[in-house]
Amino acid sequence: MVKHRLFWPVFSLVALVVINTIARPRFVKITVRDGELYGALIDILRNSAPLMLVALGMTLVIATRGIDLSVGAVMAVSGAVALTIIDGASDPGSTSTVLVAIAVGVGVATLLGAWNGFLVAVLDIQPIIATLVLMLAGRGVALLITDGFITTVNSAPLEYVAGGYLLWLPFAFLIAATAIVVIALFERRTALGMLTEAVGINPEASRLAGVRSRGIILGAYVVSGTLAGVAGIIYSSNIRAADANAAGDLIELYAILAVVLGGTSLMGGKFTIAGTVIGVLIIQTLKSTILFLGVSSAQSPVFFAVVVIIVVLIQSPRLHRLASRLTGRRNSDAAVEAEVPA
Amino acid sequence: MSTEVATQSRGAVVGRHLRTFLDRHASLMPTFAAAVIFVVLLIGAEIHFGNFVTPLNMSALLLDNAYLLILAVGMTFVIVTGGIDLSVGSVMALTGILCAQLLSAGHPASVVVPVIILGGAAIGLLIGVLVQYFDVQPFIASLAGLFLARGLAFVVSLASIRVEDESVLWLQTTRYRLGEWYITPTGILALAVAAVGAFVMQYTRFGRTIYAVGGNEQSARLMGLNVPRTKVLVYVISGVCAGLAGLVLTAYSGAGYPRNGIGTELDVIAAVVIGGTLLTGGTGYVLGSVIGVFVYGTIKTVISFQGAEQSWTRIIVGLMLLVFIGVQRVIVFRSERRR
Repeated sequence: MVKHRLFWPVFSLVALVVINTIARPRFVKITVRDGELYGALIDILRNSAPLMLVALGMTLVIATRGIDLSVGAVMAVSGAVALTIIDGASDPGSTSTVLVAIAVGVGVATLLGAWNGFLVAVLDIQPIIATLVLMLAGRGVALLITDGFITTVNSAPLEYVAGGYLLWLPFAFLIAATAIVVIALFERRTALGMLTEAVGINPEASRLAGVRSRGIILGAYVVSGTLAGVAGIIYSSNIRAADANAAGDLIELYAILAVVLGGTSLMGGKFTIAGTVIGVLIIQTLKSTILFLGVSSAQSPVFFAVVVIIVVLIQSPRLHRLASRLTGRRNSDAAVEAEVPA
Repeated sequence: MSTEVATQSRGAVVGRHLRTFLDRHASLMPTFAAAVIFVVLLIGAEIHFGNFVTPLNMSALLLDNAYLLILAVGMTFVIVTGGIDLSVGSVMALTGILCAQLLSAGHPASVVVPVIILGGAAIGLLIGVLVQYFDVQPFIASLAGLFLARGLAFVVSLASIRVEDESVLWLQTTRYRLGEWYITPTGILALAVAAVGAFVMQYTRFGRTIYAVGGNEQSARLMGLNVPRTKVLVYVISGVCAGLAGLVLTAYSGAGYPRNGIGTELDVIAAVVIGGTLLTGGTGYVLGSVIGVFVYGTIKTVISFQGAEQSWTRIIVGLMLLVFIGVQRVIVFRSERRR
């Protein structure tokens, strides 16, 4: 069981929840009010929605041996587009206006994803650089759309996206859950997942074997852009404003961290959607823990730095060798356990 | 008859020489293109505004971008080995706020400056060790450095701290004049860092090892070069540069602020790439990065001259990045085809 690749992510998440529960028993308490669930755990599920969407897209991109740095900027653009439309409409409160605005915002995000995919898959540009272009330019475009201001709107249907409830659960969480299910079905119940892994493990060999690697790579960036667009809408809905500077700030780094925490290698190839989901929940729980500890949220990156360093050390081959030498290679389980102090 | 042949083929000979030159120095071409763009930018701005290329303006270009220049030099070392350092903006913020904090606590600048440079070096060392000895990808290792430095900057102080120390402010306020031109000690420092960086990369054994590692790490190792030491040292150098940049930025703004330099690492990487350094490693020049920084700075100045919003800066830098990637692709493609 210890050898299962989801063991350490799940273990970390459970450990975090247990520590939190001991420190504050209220943590696991879930109350029902008017058919809606409330509690710290529910908050974590709701607040994790934008990161969950972005990290899902990032998982697919990383599986093709790529990386998408532009997700934060795409979030800013989609939020800016949608809220500018709602702000300019005659009736910001009408559901149809909001739906159109969201569709346009997400549509623009999809186009931006396709642009990234075009640069990487068709023009063969290194993913880091190709997406860096949009990462730099995207936020500038978002600022131009909002005229450099923070566009605030009052619109009940928009607020519902992040704050509303459906079937006892937060609507934002349901969006994220739907994305997880749809992607898992497409990747694992069809050959798409295997083809994606093939492209990531050896692009040249998979091309020779007849895999249409270009289309698969392009598709991964399109999905990443679309999901980032939805995440941007949820973010804007949550603060009821389009903030081109703050929307999705550093989210690309947290998303990459979530993917790596979940056990997907940045070298591409094998990926795990369940791992990414757990990675996102670990990050969100850690954020909630840090907040509970009374640490200023500005200082919380120190904790994440420590977590990143511990995780990469646990995964490092050198430490594995060292550990197995220390335990005299009696059994591999002992070797894995010896890593814990690292 | 022989003279006839000679005259006929003179054109061909010149062409062949030119082609040989281009082949041999293909790696110089992106840097050359950056220099051309820089000149075109200056001429275009001069024609458009009429008063752009003035001694005052050009002096300010160096002054305003001194910290960026220092960061770009360190980043060039890292990128030429095929790595990347995302931590520089945060490390600059950390060393800057640490500098302001220590100075306001009454420590003399002669103690504070070495301490913050060592601080930058320590974070660089951490990243280098993670990359080299624990096989962590540079992207992730320097991401840890980014988080660590940014968080620590806020641990040092949540608010901005004014600097009263005269020797630090001297770096900024002193102006050595030559006619209308002027240069500050921060500018001299930045140029000195660039000069030392260029010398080390070009003329020392360590510098050539950096190119060898970036070109092909396996070959470099088989040649008996000290790959591990080189790979750790480039991150330490980048950390030291970030420490220096923190000092320069603190002097420039007269205060330390923990939010400084958010996203600066991207500006630096963009400037380095525009200057002709390939992110795949093995190719690049410190001088190119210097030009890249000046191109970046000129775009910023043009936009403020125009009175347009500064958000255009990043859009244009993004587009310029795209153009340069295109140029580099063509060059790499051509040299591969020739081979």
